[in-house]
Order: sequence, then structure tokens, then C-alpha cells
Amino acid sequence: MATVLQFLSTYGNELLLKTWEHLLISIIASLLGILVAVPLGIALTRFPKGAGTVMGTLGIIQTFPSFAILAFFIPIVGVGKIPAIIALFFYSVLPILRNTYIGVTGVKRSLLEAGRGMGMTGWERIRYVEVPLAIPVIMAGIRLSTVYLIGWATLAAYIGAGGLGDYIFSGLNLFQAKFIIAGAVPVTILALLTDLLLGRIETWVTPKGMRKMKEAA
Amino acid sequence: MLKFEHVSKVYKGGKRAVSDLSLEFEKGEFICFIGPSGCGKTTTMKMINRLIEPSEGSIYINGVDVLKKDPVQLRREIGYVIQQIGLFPHMTIYENISLVLKLLKWPEEKRRARAKELLTLVDMTADYLGKYPHELSGGQQQRVGVLRALAADQPLILMDEPFGALDPITRDSLQEEFKKLQKKLNKTIVFVTHDMDEALKLGDRIVIMRDGQLVQCDTPDDILRNPADEFVEEFIGKDRLVQARPNIQTVEQIMNPHPVTITGDRSLSEAIQLMKQHRVDSLLVVDEQNLLKGYIDVEIIDQKRKKASLVKDVLESEFTVEKDTLVRDTIRKILKKGMKYVPVVDHDQHLVGIVTRASLVDIVYDSIWGEEQQGEMTWLQSYNF
Repeated sequence: MATVLQFLSTYGNELLLKTWEHLLISIIASLLGILVAVPLGIALTRFPKGAGTVMGTLGIIQTFPSFAILAFFIPIVGVGKIPAIIALFFYSVLPILRNTYIGVTGVKRSLLEAGRGMGMTGWERIRYVEVPLAIPVIMAGIRLSTVYLIGWATLAAYIGAGGLGDYIFSGLNLFQAKFIIAGAVPVTILALLTDLLLGRIETWVTPKGMRKMKEAA
Repeated sequence: MLKFEHVSKVYKGGKRAVSDLSLEFEKGEFICFIGPSGCGKTTTMKMINRLIEPSEGSIYINGVDVLKKDPVQLRREIGYVIQQIGLFPHMTIYENISLVLKLLKWPEEKRRARAKELLTLVDMTADYLGKYPHELSGGQQQRVGVLRALAADQPLILMDEPFGALDPITRDSLQEEFKKLQKKLNKTIVFVTHDMDEALKLGDRIVIMRDGQLVQCDTPDDILRNPADEFVEEFIGKDRLVQARPNIQTVEQIMNPHPVTITGDRSLSEAIQLMKQHRVDSLLVVDEQNLLKGYIDVEIIDQKRKKASLVKDVLESEFTVEKDTLVRDTIRKILKKGMKYVPVVDHDQHLVGIVTRASLVDIVYDSIWGEEQQGEMTWLQSYNF
């Protein structure tokens, strides 16, 4: 306990800074992922033939080792936070995209027909029917992806992006277990808290009618 | 109002779903499209609001070619009810009913007022506005589904087997309710079904289709009396054809025009005396204008005589038929619901007579020993007396 307190008094401020950096990298990458993947996922549902190809390609990219992706961006955008965010963004896209696609295609055909028969335009159907009904599935994708990103952002330290990964790499290089722990524990806590928060948001954005329906079932 | 001119639908690969259909309907007509599955009835209906585009020919609504209109605009002017009900689970009843109005950019207060007004049409209270579809029974959900199609006061409504997913009893009452509503609002309805009973009951005219072609388009009575060919005969079914003959009459012709009645301000002891005097076990309760209020019977008097003294305090409302209802529909109801009698009313709920089981005996007697002696026995059997 005393060692923990001693560590915190020496590195406390720095730890907070690194945590903040870490969170920032993950959140920005995740937000970019949402901005791209949700509209793209919806767009893909309009072209079911192209959807398979796009998902397949992204699936393959996803299997590339994270280190390789991070290294790959160094010659293009250099080192630092930006390349890390770009790489992480690529990782965040697939889960969100896939869930958006599944969520939207999972909306009952009869509801879409009702909407079309009532005279909704394509955009109105997306806004009033498809997105509200797919929200729980889309949110599950966002949650998953963000929590993963917080884990993966640790590796970003390797290309100079900072964050809690710095501690872990220093710990590994210096054979100092306390640095590894100082990096790993906050990452875990961060991931858990984010998951909790996004869970709340998920409930909050799910239309009330669907929440009640789930409770009743 | 609605006119098909040489309309065909040919799918890629040359399959003709509908070929060369020409039909014309008046405003306020209830049109049933019927036929075996794959006969093109649903395709025909969906071509009206262009959910399916016709390949050849034109469809006119009030003289305007639907193909020349913007499909989205067109669909907002036509009500649409689907079999799966299709209420949006994430929207309240209010939001569901007023969705078309929202698309039409009506202001919020007007939408809410309209939704309330619509609910009264199907005897639902404003409490339902804030509920969600899953909190309603199947019958209520489809009532809301129908209201949604009526919201913008569309003159034409398309219905794709709307009562198909409901249980028989709910379906029966919804059919009646809806037919009344249609007459009251004078809507033109295009109704797709595969249930002949439903078509005979609801349709002003029935369009029978097979393999994308029109086989017959006539009133229910004409179809029953003069089926166009063997296919129609088979489709209607022998039972109904046999029934059809003695059934082309209304309840007015067979009812007893002098039911025993009492007014609401009489006492229960007067009521029981009246029953004794006429040797009956129930009385129809009417007011001074002969408006039917309900009924009382011996059991009700026996249960409630200690708590109440006037007839109007204990009367119960009951099921009625209008005087121009066909006998076949009435008989079915009496037998299916196991009722002893049905009061007959005119369009304003004035009592005009009563059909009892004794009236049925008269019909059966007539059909056995009346003009036609043969054949009618089958009719008798089919009701399993």
C-alpha cells in the first residue's frame, strides 16, 4: 500500500495526464469511427450486393496485426498522436459498421413496407423507422468498439502517441513491474467505466417503446 | 373514382403476374379482390399506390393517372393497411396514428386533436394515445392500424388481408365495425383477401382473379347466383352456393315484428308480470322513441332485484342486427354465438323486430316443405342443428 502511495505521490500528476491522453486518443478514434461507420452501414443496406464485399475487405483489414498497421502509417503520416488515431479509427470501423448493417437490415420488412406505403421518403424511413429500431444494435457495436479501442490504444505509445502505454512499455524495457501495473490498472478501470457509461447512454437513446417492450417480454 | 385500363405487370423473365386488367369503381365502393395465392390480387392492389410499378396500361384515381404523380405524394393520399399490422413498436399510439400527418407537416396540436377524434371512431379512449403497440391486444392494434390509414382523411384505402392475422372472433367483430365505419365515412376501399366469407360479407363488389386474369367482377349476390364458370363455383364452394338460394333475403322478411318490450322507467315487478303474461323469459328495453336500450331477463331480475327496482338500472346492452342484413349472416351469428334471439333495428337503432330461434324453424320448415322440396336438406345439415 505504502509503495502505491509513494508511486502516486511521485507520478500522480503524470499518471492523470497519461490517462487523459489515453482517453482522448481512444474517444477521438471512436467518434471518427461512429461518424464514418454508421452512415456507411446505413448506405450499405441500400446496396446489399456491395455490402458483402465491403464487409469482407474490412474483415481482412481487421486481421492485420495492430503493430503492423501502426508501423504502416509511420511513413505516411509520421509518428505521434495523429497516426495512432488514424490506425485506431480503422479498427473501430468494422464493429460499428457491422452492427449498423445488421441492425438496420434486421428491421422487420413489414414495418418498412408500412412506412413506404404511407408515403415516407427514403430519408424519412431511415430517420423515423430504421435508425430508431436499430439503435440498440448500433449502440452495442459502438460500446464494443470503444472498449476495444481503449485496450488497443496502449500500443499507440509505441509510435509516440503517449497515453498509458508509455508506462507499460517503460516497465517492459526497464523490468519494472510497478510501471506495468501503473499502466495496466488504469487502462482496465478506464475500459470498465467507459463500458458502464456507454451502457447508460444505450438505455437513454433506445426509444422508450422498445425498452418497455423488452421489459414486458 | 378508381379505374384500371389494360393494366399488366410482367416481371423480369417474362412471368405475367397480372395481365390486361380493366376495371372501374365508384366512390364509396367496398371492393374485395379475391383469388388463390399467386393470382395477382396483391400485385394489383400494390400497383394502385405504386409499391409495384405497372408494366403496361394506366391506373386512374379521380381521372388522374397515378404514373404521372410523384409516388411519395401519391401514397400520402392513399391509406394503406397491411396484414402484419405494421405499427411501429418504438412509437406511441398517438405517434403511430398521426405519422402521415407528421409527414404532411401538420402542426402538433392539430395532429393530437385528430388522433383523439379518430380513436373515438373505434370506441377507444384518449388514454390509449400514450400507450405503445405491444400494450394493446391484436384487435386493438389493427384498429389503430386502420385509423392510421384514415388519419389524413384519404378518400381511398388499400387493405392487404388486414384481418388475416386475428383470431376468428376478433376478426368477426372487426369486420362488422369496419364495414359500418366505411359506410359512415363513405371511403372507397380496395380490400385483398383469400377468405370468401369475408369477401361476401364486406364487399359491395367482388373481383375474382386467377393466374393474373380477371375471372368475374360482380356484387356478392350476383356471384352467388350466377358464378361465371366452374372455377368461381369451386372457389365459392358448394356449401355457400346452396346456402345462397334461400338466403337472398333480409332479416326484415323473417323477423317477428312485435317483440315484447318495456321502457326503462318501469319497475322490475312490472317487468316480471309482463314476462309471465307473454310467456317469455326476456324483454327488450326501449325508450319512448322506440330506441333500443338493452334487454333484461329472468336471471338478471333474480340477481339484482334486491339492489335495484327500475328496469333501466339493471338492463344489459346486447348485440343487434340491422334490418337489411342478410339472413345467412344472421343465422351464422345466432348459431355461432349460441344466442336465443337477436333484436332487429333500423339504421338509427330503433327497434323494429326480433329474430328468434323460432324464426329459424320457420325458414327451415319453408325450405323443406316450401316451394323447393329437394336440395335444401343439405343446407339444413350444413348448420348442424
